[in-house]
Amino acid sequence: MSLDPARPRRRLRDHSFGLAHKLLRVNWLFVACVCALAGVGYAALYSAAGGSPQPYAEGQIIRFIAMLIVALGIAMVDIRVIAKASWPAYAVGVLLLLVVMKFGHTGLGAKRWITLGGMEIQPSELMKLFLAMALAAYFKRATPEQTGNLVFVLPALAAILVPVALILKEPNLGTAVITGTIGATVLLGAGVRWWWFALVIAVIALSAPVLYHHLHDYQKARIITFLNPGSDPLGAGYNIIQSQIALGSGGLTGQGYLHGTQNQLNFLPEKQTDFVFTIIAEEFGYLGSLSVLGLLFAIIGLALYTAVSCTHVYGRLVALGISTNFFLYCFVNLSMVMGLIPVGGVPIPLISYGGSALTAVMLGFGVLMSIHVHRYAEFAGPDEA
Amino acid sequence: MRKIARERAAFTRRALLIGGGQAAVFGGIAARLYNLQITQHSKYALLAEHNSISERLVAPERGLITDRFGAIVAGNQQHWRALFLQAMAPEPQLVLENFFKLVSIPPEEQTRIAQDVQSRPRYIPVLLKDYLDWPDMAAIEINTPNLPGVMVEVGASRVYPLGPGLAHAVGYVARPSQSEARADTVLALPGMRVGRTGVEDYQDESLRGVPGFVQTETNVHGEVVREVAHDPGTPGQTVTLAIDAGLQQLAVQGLGDNAGAVVMLDATNGEVLAMASAPSFDPSLFDKGVPADVWDGWMKDPKHPLQNKATSGLFAPGSTFKPTVALAAMKAGVLDEHTILTCPGFFKLGDHVFWCDNHTAHGSITVTTALQVSCDVFFYQVALRVGIDKIADMATTMGLGVDLQADMPNVATGLVPTLDWAKSRGIHWVQGSTVVQGIGQGYTQLTPLALATMIARIATGTAVGPHIARRVGGVLQDGSDPNDWPDLGVDDRHLAIIRQGLFEVVNTPNGTGYGARLTLPNVQMAGKTGTAQTHDNTAAEKQQGFNDMTMAWEQRPNALFVAYAPFDNPRYAVAVVIEHGNYGAQSAAPIAHDLMTYALTNDPAGRDAPLTGPAQSGTQALPVSSGA
Repeated sequence: MSLDPARPRRRLRDHSFGLAHKLLRVNWLFVACVCALAGVGYAALYSAAGGSPQPYAEGQIIRFIAMLIVALGIAMVDIRVIAKASWPAYAVGVLLLLVVMKFGHTGLGAKRWITLGGMEIQPSELMKLFLAMALAAYFKRATPEQTGNLVFVLPALAAILVPVALILKEPNLGTAVITGTIGATVLLGAGVRWWWFALVIAVIALSAPVLYHHLHDYQKARIITFLNPGSDPLGAGYNIIQSQIALGSGGLTGQGYLHGTQNQLNFLPEKQTDFVFTIIAEEFGYLGSLSVLGLLFAIIGLALYTAVSCTHVYGRLVALGISTNFFLYCFVNLSMVMGLIPVGGVPIPLISYGGSALTAVMLGFGVLMSIHVHRYAEFAGPDEA
Repeated sequence: MRKIARERAAFTRRALLIGGGQAAVFGGIAARLYNLQITQHSKYALLAEHNSISERLVAPERGLITDRFGAIVAGNQQHWRALFLQAMAPEPQLVLENFFKLVSIPPEEQTRIAQDVQSRPRYIPVLLKDYLDWPDMAAIEINTPNLPGVMVEVGASRVYPLGPGLAHAVGYVARPSQSEARADTVLALPGMRVGRTGVEDYQDESLRGVPGFVQTETNVHGEVVREVAHDPGTPGQTVTLAIDAGLQQLAVQGLGDNAGAVVMLDATNGEVLAMASAPSFDPSLFDKGVPADVWDGWMKDPKHPLQNKATSGLFAPGSTFKPTVALAAMKAGVLDEHTILTCPGFFKLGDHVFWCDNHTAHGSITVTTALQVSCDVFFYQVALRVGIDKIADMATTMGLGVDLQADMPNVATGLVPTLDWAKSRGIHWVQGSTVVQGIGQGYTQLTPLALATMIARIATGTAVGPHIARRVGGVLQDGSDPNDWPDLGVDDRHLAIIRQGLFEVVNTPNGTGYGARLTLPNVQMAGKTGTAQTHDNTAAEKQQGFNDMTMAWEQRPNALFVAYAPFDNPRYAVAVVIEHGNYGAQSAAPIAHDLMTYALTNDPAGRDAPLTGPAQSGTQALPVSSGA
């Protein structure tokens, strides 16, 4: 069962190496990029508060450091142990979604939050990670014949649709779409026929008008506003107009740190959360925003590298799911800020203020780092599963 | 194995495809950003500069302070003022030059305005001139086109209807300092005031309110086209004091030209019904800025008008301390109602002689009589028996020399000495020091507020503490219910003995406070006089008697009186201190008499509406605007 004949055989015995060895094998370049992004977040939140570590920047960086330690801790856990926990984690995730429907507190018209051990958690954020893990566990020993067999793939589809439906019910359209996309990407990585995806996309496109009918009023308002932002300058379109002014006024080199007029004059409500990117773009200009884009893509690329270099299917698929999740966060947030897609409550990871997304992203990175550390791990045969 | 390798290659292919797609999306985002930030930069830069929606914050109305019946004791009065919003002026310097030509502004104010314009955010308006008169306003209105960003609007100034009558308790407000305005941009708003003393200071957070904003749409010339949104903010909360304005005015009258303080409490819950300190000052002067000559006058005045003597004036308690000494002795078991001690008019300790008041020989007496006639020699001996630390213990129980947790700023703790305290100060404690402690002289220093607390605690046997705010934003504050306060933990029989002594002080012809007895039917007051030396008399002066009226004012003893009533069901407690007023019975007790008579007639304690309707003197609504 040697996976890569070029590697010396002893490196396959992953259980034999100790903590120090494992620490050496952590992808420290990845950790450095993540820390750099958190540093950008600190600078932006410091500016959002008008040049003060309170009330955003300080709390956020403390949460980040705490979560970084947790992530490194997870990286030390054998990926096979994590793989065994996939389905239980998925079950817990679904349970939390049910709990939040029953008892969660309402924020901005949607029931999304619950408090766990003093920490605010959006179960839908965790669900994305747990879904990728569960699907990877399902496909980890699947043969090409099986992945080509619709009957074999159907339970996986069900595993995607259950949480997506629950998240839609919250209602949280943005996260539901992201969750579905992550599931689809993992299926694609697992080797499911590509034209099935084309079929599903076509069906969704055709049924869009029907779906629109079932959207909540605020979701419809967002879409209408997106299509015509000028229609209500101080209503829902206000954010888009003001954030575009913020981006555009940045120019090549920006208005200077702590001197962005749109930011400091408070034209943007909630600028420390979803619209935090505009602060960077306004105060550091195109060069600043391009640097942040580069950093974001470096993280996505390093995550994909972990996926490609991993010898076991489980690790590849989970890493693909996690990198996709991070990519979708960035894509949805940046497009929203630039007025490319309707505004939708998705933060930009590690920069936006808020603990829930940070917690979820860092937990995912912990699993990703564990995959990297244990990328040559040997998974036992089906009889031992 | 080949199969696995092929599978992995297929995954790598798909992963790279996905990665490539993501890279393309990032490229698209970067291109869109290029379009926004570089290609369309000049358009958006202009939009940002003349952002069509300009927002400015407006100061909230400061909360009112009223007496317990709703009479305003700190309110707001409207006036016109000129503000300047930089965000609306393309060339701020030019606008300011034009403005200074039209309206006369003193040079130092011009400097202040220039500084504010430079240092403050563009959306915070800068105050150009308060209290505009009609010629100023006409000049500004006519020249509006030359003054973009200059606005005339209604501002509020703080007014105090009782003027000096409640200045110390309510305190005053002033403009925030430059550093305060820098630390909190809200305070930089014109019209914002910060409480500096008294309730204005202690309740500043509640009184301040939350600023609102005005959003206006402006054209490229900075002219306001229309007001888009107007949020007046949340006015500060009303603070309803426990003070009864009628009682308060009576207390101020009673103090007259003297220097001193009066504190009257609801004995059952510690609410401050009256708190006066004399001489006083006009608190509204601080809102506009105190003229230099007035300030100098205050600073030079030997009677310290700015000090709230009720909360921070420290006085030797004199004989008003005797009940505490007696309670300490009874608790220690060295004194009871039958104990008889002899006063030959003096007390010898070693070769030092301590005199009784006026060298009077009181003979063989019990503790109640010793209180009644205020015999010093009796208490010299009691103090020696009980010892200094146990006296201090009982003083702590009575609220003396401790932090009373009052809802007022700058409340002095005072001092009741202990052996540890003496040791820490390097003071060699001799028995003679304990002897004078028995009559409240020596190191002991207490505030009138603490003395009022003490007499309320003796009266009720409850550990009440003083507090002046009855309601904040309409919500009754903790401590307003007598049941909020714990039992004092002093033996009821001991308290009964002391109360009997205090009853005899006021209601028997031999009592030192007999002159202040109430003339109301079926109700008696109990109290204790005090005459506290403030000056170490020389041997020559002692020959004449230290309370000689011929002494210079600042060498005369302080006059004190503490009392409560009704005797059988205490509801009111009062402490009066007249600085250098000689005998307590002579200058302090009459004030207590008048206050008690008023209180027992109108019975404000525990009430939110006057007993006899709003027409009652002092409680009617005062003619003051309640603000914007």
